[in-house]
Amino acid sequence: MKTFFSTLIILFLSINLSAQGYQIGDKAISFNLLNVDGKFVALDDYGAAKGFVIIFTCNHCPFSVAYEDRIIALDQKYKDLGYPVLAINPNDSLRAPSDSYSHMIVRAREKGFTFPYLLDADQSIAKAYGATRTPHVYILKKEHGALVVKYIGAIDDNHEEAQKVKSKFVEEALDDLLAGNNPKRDFTKAIGCSIKFEK
Amino acid sequence: MKSFITILIILSLVPLSATQAQEVAVHDFDSFKAYLNKQNDTTYVINFWATWCIPCVKELPDFEKANEKYQLQKFKMLLVSLDFKSQIESSVIPFIEKKGMASEVVLLSDPNANEWINQVNPSWTGSIPATVIYNKDSYYFHEGSMTFEELDTLISNTIKP
Repeated sequence: MKTFFSTLIILFLSINLSAQGYQIGDKAISFNLLNVDGKFVALDDYGAAKGFVIIFTCNHCPFSVAYEDRIIALDQKYKDLGYPVLAINPNDSLRAPSDSYSHMIVRAREKGFTFPYLLDADQSIAKAYGATRTPHVYILKKEHGALVVKYIGAIDDNHEEAQKVKSKFVEEALDDLLAGNNPKRDFTKAIGCSIKFEK
Repeated sequence: MKSFITILIILSLVPLSATQAQEVAVHDFDSFKAYLNKQNDTTYVINFWATWCIPCVKELPDFEKANEKYQLQKFKMLLVSLDFKSQIESSVIPFIEKKGMASEVVLLSDPNANEWINQVNPSWTGSIPATVIYNKDSYYFHEGSMTFEELDTLISNTIKP
């Protein structure tokens, strides 16, 4: 009987471990983070939005850099349809110096980001969401006052050559949501830079 | 005159052979996946890295050290660069030469990561570094950095279970 209980406890612990971060259908926490313009941005500020495209990204990672223009295009296309992009840099700048707040300001200006570029200073949002790499996308939809996770994954299926993309995962998921459906493909994987959590 | 021409020929060959010293084979996942499933006596360490990945670059000397330590055993180290294909000449080969790396380096360039990441290991989220250590009897996968001691223990446990 004792071993039965310890097995149960071990099972419970391992389930808990594997459930770190969000799964599709989970309710996401809101946040209030410092933007590159010196002001704080909260999800609650967007009363008219239907949802959000949250993208964990950063300055130093070549995969993130390769996607900058595509992230701007996503924001320009979907902001007016109710799904604005919010980019979040979760990296510890002691481990990745070019991801510091001052470098974020420079990069946002250079590229002309049309969306907030926010600093997750204590990395609590990346940890709560379960983001592990950059870029890492979470699409949230407002449902009955909650922010429900509808898609987790990559932006599309070709990081290196944008002109050779076959499937635009995020756009397809957003189009499904805008048509009133859950995304047909709600989880994808990609190679990316590991998020530099504070040691 | 003949010897002059010979010297000219030799001279012209020297820079050629120097640039060919480092070759980095490029694979798509189809041609790469054989490395993940060899059924023989050898223990394989397959490390996924990139020149721009800070924690990868930091742990590479430990992988080189392990490669040296186990080189006389049935052991094979393969460092799989996930750098962009367009940067082999400008980044990957200069990096290998600068660090004097002895382990074999191949470049895996396959945009369809959403499919092949799961074929390496279903638990892999896609962040690097990531390492597979296996032989025909045992298998280990690790996402994230490793110390030399961790790597060394895993290799010696795998070689002699």
